[in-house]
Amino acid sequence: MKQIIKNFNKYKFLLSELVVKEIKLKYRRSYLGILWTLLEPLLTMIVLSVVFGSFYGRSDKTFPIYVLTGRLLYAFFSNATKSAMKSIRTNGQMLKKVYVPKYIYPLASILSQYVTFLISLIVLVGVSIYLHIKPTIYLLEAIVPLLVLFVMVLGVGLILATLAVFFRDMEYLWGVILMMIMYCSAIFYDPERIIKTGHGWILQYNPLYSIILNFRNTVMDGLPLDMNALLYSIGFSVAALIIGMWMFYKKQDEFILNI
Amino acid sequence: MGKVVINVDHLGVRFLMSSEKVDNLKEFVIKRINRQINYKQFWALKDVTFNVEQSDRVGILGLNGAGKSTLLKVIAGVMKPTEGIATTKGRIAPLLELGAGFDLQYTGAENIYLYGAVLGYSKEFIKDRFKEIVDFSELGDFINVPVKNYSSGMKSRLGFSIATIVEPDILILDEVFAVGDAKFRKKSEKKIKSMFKTGVTVLFVSHNIEQVKTICNKAILLEKGTLIAQGDVNEVCEIYENKINR
Repeated sequence: MKQIIKNFNKYKFLLSELVVKEIKLKYRRSYLGILWTLLEPLLTMIVLSVVFGSFYGRSDKTFPIYVLTGRLLYAFFSNATKSAMKSIRTNGQMLKKVYVPKYIYPLASILSQYVTFLISLIVLVGVSIYLHIKPTIYLLEAIVPLLVLFVMVLGVGLILATLAVFFRDMEYLWGVILMMIMYCSAIFYDPERIIKTGHGWILQYNPLYSIILNFRNTVMDGLPLDMNALLYSIGFSVAALIIGMWMFYKKQDEFILNI
Repeated sequence: MGKVVINVDHLGVRFLMSSEKVDNLKEFVIKRINRQINYKQFWALKDVTFNVEQSDRVGILGLNGAGKSTLLKVIAGVMKPTEGIATTKGRIAPLLELGAGFDLQYTGAENIYLYGAVLGYSKEFIKDRFKEIVDFSELGDFINVPVKNYSSGMKSRLGFSIATIVEPDILILDEVFAVGDAKFRKKSEKKIKSMFKTGVTVLFVSHNIEQVKTICNKAILLEKGTLIAQGDVNEVCEIYENKINR
């Protein structure tokens, strides 16, 4: 354990270099640069609010916030797990030549996505002010679902990174699964609609929805955290992290033979 | 005489090769059900034992497929041996296929920090040596141009400059003089020779026997994964030459 921490300290600088690199390169070739992080969720929110708001008759004025919170969290989950999955293969050339703790690569891609995600939360602040949503004391609790989300993404990311080394079609498979998760997370529809049809269990057992629910409670509904949802999402995330670390650790020595 | 810095003891590396490469889930599931996956064993290295003492310069000889690169990967810590051990003391600077680890979108300057970080150096250290690296690489203003626009010679010059700027304890050279123009090659040979004075231990892989003879004082010879000769560089080179000419 001590050895692992010592090793981590040695490669801390590499981790920060990689995080900075991914953020820098992502926006280097565009005129608006990092502004895209803000513009992209804002535009999607407008599209989704218009489509689902006017066509489905949701005229509720907080609906844009509802869509935006769901979409921001889902987009982070989807982007970060995808890039963590690819990280080992993209950096394969490096892994083959120089010794570097291998977990640095998935960790760096998730961290860089997390940083862009946190920056994009500025949009949420802006839209909330624009729509006169009054912050409550519970807003402070919003940090809890965000931390749980990070742990969950790290766990799922490590599992996917390990699998993707051995099975190249994981990328396509995960794309499909992500789409399924999106439709099961009540991002742009009212959860009541699903619960009414008797399929409420879909939401109840979806850990990502538990996190989205708690985030919405604290930032827009002025409600405290839902303890059931919180415990479920924490349990799932910790389990995913343990499984992910275990799989990664077990298989990391074989990576080099397969990339 | 000197203390042992690299200890390779009964080292073996086994590869499992499935007769057909299965690298996707679909095929894996289908073949698993039909029980069609057969693994063949292949020993890239078998029972290799040798020691390297400090400030020794060891040439590693052998034909293609003899296991030279696998051996270097195990010593560099990139690959884990199947059996036996390989222990090293001190900082290792691998000069394997220069410049392979660059990010093409990044400029030369940014890559210096990135590559340095990969080799495990701190930010302050790289900052201190930054100018020295740029000067040695002779890139001049090109240092602020993305690496994707570099010629292969420029890339290897930069890679060489970063990797040798430190005083490593163990330097791994894998066919590094094959790139760059004659002028830079001379300069880099000079640089490496100057490093010998600081007591660096060198592992050198090359197919050029003359080069091995000028750089190394000892050598080992691998054939199909086993060690068949070790000792003084001239003796081992002779054995190797006899093998080629036979």
